[in-house]
Amino acid sequence: MATDATLQFRDPDAAREIADRIDALMADVGEPVNLMHVCGSHEQAIAKFGLRSMLPEGLAVRMGPGCPVCVTNMPEVDEAVALAEDGAIVATYGDMYRVPGTAGSLADASAAGADVEIVYSASEAVELAEENPGREVVFFATGFETTAAPTAAILAAGPPGNFSVLSAHKYVPPAMEVVAELPDTDVDGFLAAGHAATITGYGLFEAFVEEYEIPVVVGGFEPLDVLLGIERLLEHIDDGRAGLENAYPRCVSEEGNTAALETMWEVFETTSGEWRGIANIPDANLAVREEYAAYDARERFEIDPDVGAADPLTERCICGDIMAGTADPDECELFGEECTPRNPVGACMVSSEGTCKIWLEYGGRPDL
Amino acid sequence: MTRNDATTEGTEPDAVETEREVVEGDSEVDEDDGEVVTLAHGAGGEATRSLVDQLVVSRFGDAANPAGRAAEPGAVGLPELDDGSAHPISGGETSIVLTTDSHVVSPPIFPGGDIGRLSVAGTVNDLAAMGVTDPIALTCSLVVEEGTPTATLEAIMESMRATCEEAGVAITTGDTKVMGSGELDGPVINTTGIGAIEPGALVTDAGLSPGDAILVSGTIGDHGIALLSEREGFDLGGGLESDVAPVNGLVAAATDAGEVTAMKDPTRGGLATTLNEMAGKAAVGVEIEERSVPIDDAIASAGELLGIDPLSVANEGKVVLGVDPDDAEAVLEAIRDHPLGENAAIVGRATEDHAGRVVLDTGFGRRYLSEPAGEALPRIC
Repeated sequence: MATDATLQFRDPDAAREIADRIDALMADVGEPVNLMHVCGSHEQAIAKFGLRSMLPEGLAVRMGPGCPVCVTNMPEVDEAVALAEDGAIVATYGDMYRVPGTAGSLADASAAGADVEIVYSASEAVELAEENPGREVVFFATGFETTAAPTAAILAAGPPGNFSVLSAHKYVPPAMEVVAELPDTDVDGFLAAGHAATITGYGLFEAFVEEYEIPVVVGGFEPLDVLLGIERLLEHIDDGRAGLENAYPRCVSEEGNTAALETMWEVFETTSGEWRGIANIPDANLAVREEYAAYDARERFEIDPDVGAADPLTERCICGDIMAGTADPDECELFGEECTPRNPVGACMVSSEGTCKIWLEYGGRPDL
Repeated sequence: MTRNDATTEGTEPDAVETEREVVEGDSEVDEDDGEVVTLAHGAGGEATRSLVDQLVVSRFGDAANPAGRAAEPGAVGLPELDDGSAHPISGGETSIVLTTDSHVVSPPIFPGGDIGRLSVAGTVNDLAAMGVTDPIALTCSLVVEEGTPTATLEAIMESMRATCEEAGVAITTGDTKVMGSGELDGPVINTTGIGAIEPGALVTDAGLSPGDAILVSGTIGDHGIALLSEREGFDLGGGLESDVAPVNGLVAAATDAGEVTAMKDPTRGGLATTLNEMAGKAAVGVEIEERSVPIDDAIASAGELLGIDPLSVANEGKVVLGVDPDDAEAVLEAIRDHPLGENAAIVGRATEDHAGRVVLDTGFGRRYLSEPAGEALPRIC
């Protein structure tokens, strides 16, 4: 069916063995446990393979603010739409295409004639700039450290003069702190995202573990990785320890990708900003540093976005509660009714990394 | 690098084209009401269905299907939204089966096939999926843009001829239109197919009963994943090829070998959409063992890379069958003996539970298999 490498991490018998150990740990803990992961790819794996149906009652695994597209603020989308409407070629990742701003999405702008191109990478956006020397090409850059580092590398390498970046990049660690501090959120352990940790290194979470006394395990994305991460978190909880562990050692090191980090911090600096539906989070947005202002779309253009009256349904959207881990998608009255991937109300329904879209894609409540 | 994706090429009545005709025919068009057709409407699945309902079924559903007609043996009308329609003639001894497909595909010549082969196979397969394995004739309407190299059209038409020969059918009438330069983005080919069948031999989408075995005639996801990889410029070491082929011979072998209760070719929206439609129309559940679904290794890997599930993208040379459980092994053997069916497999069964839905056993746990909601877009990470 697939390569040996994927099969190795997709062995249902091995999964059942881990699930049995998880059962035993939960019996030993003797009370309900709430775990949070912070990555849409974790939710994808959990939903796609039906992993929740392998977990015992009392063990909740919820997704937190793990979808960079979902937490992109509506005014940021408005900026990208305005640039596209003003004649720039706006390049962005597929996930961003249908995310509604206050006055529409890039998909709407595209349907109305604007040039919006979906790219797989920052370098593909640069190629667009090279192919269209007479046009301004703006890369609407979203994502956590995993995509911020490549964006930084592109800017550091000196892209063509008609290329610029509209950064909506986000930085995960401060968001975990915010979630840990939310009064209604009760998280007993975090499953941290292996992708981002390949860049940042797992050592980054040490300070968090110390300050909040909540265990953090870095996990990978194959079904066995996810189950193993859950098992390790339960071991910590069962022992009453708040430790840090790397359950994804084949990809993640303690110090991370130091060259990528260096470039990332050379190009970007953290700034405060609103994470859609969650809160204004200090130091969790990545802005282009002044040294690279020539490539910063916000410096280069006078962006004058149309601000629309956002869909009135957004007032009933509980995306924020879902990303804070205090509600499940099927508790939302709009879920699958007024809010669908085709007509998303909240951002959680737009991105393939969003909890609502994942749940709907995998059947509504992915634990039969 | 494109907003198109493999699921947007049409092998069923093309929603966008249909829309244009309706709008032009309406003297009170309000073009400023804000609603426009999007690519999602062409991707199969729920978006396409709602557009077709809104535009076509609402207008022609009753006329095409006067009261009582649907119940008539050997009749299949527009509201059934089957692979084609069926019309009893000669006092009900024979049904005429009719289907039409418009084909646009980017690029027009792709690994494993081209738009010519696709346009013949698409229509032949729609007829086959209703049980008509010996079509009477096809039509061919060709719309091309000024400046298209004649050699390209020669190649496409030669491919149509070869595919017709393979399927044992001829193109007997047609039409050609040339649009101005820049007015069309690649050739558009419409084919219509006509066939005749004994009413009792008609197979619809809706015929599943609880207990029926679900078979697929071969590997799933080849066409969609191969085209998406090609368009994205992924070099995966070759080997990714569309499965485009006429399956009428294979279907004839299957229907000769046992009781086929329901059948559909899993084109736009893939196996996921097809199974949901079959479950919905028959009001039964369908349970699928994910690990039994044959998927080529290279296609599975490319799907992982693209973040796109092979179960949700188009196949152009496959058929999904519901089979009486007593005949399942015999039908499977018959399909496997056919050159296009060596990877055929029994992948699940129809159930009383979960009516209208498809349950996927992943080997880890169970979940619903939903149809894709719109065009497949690449994921960010």
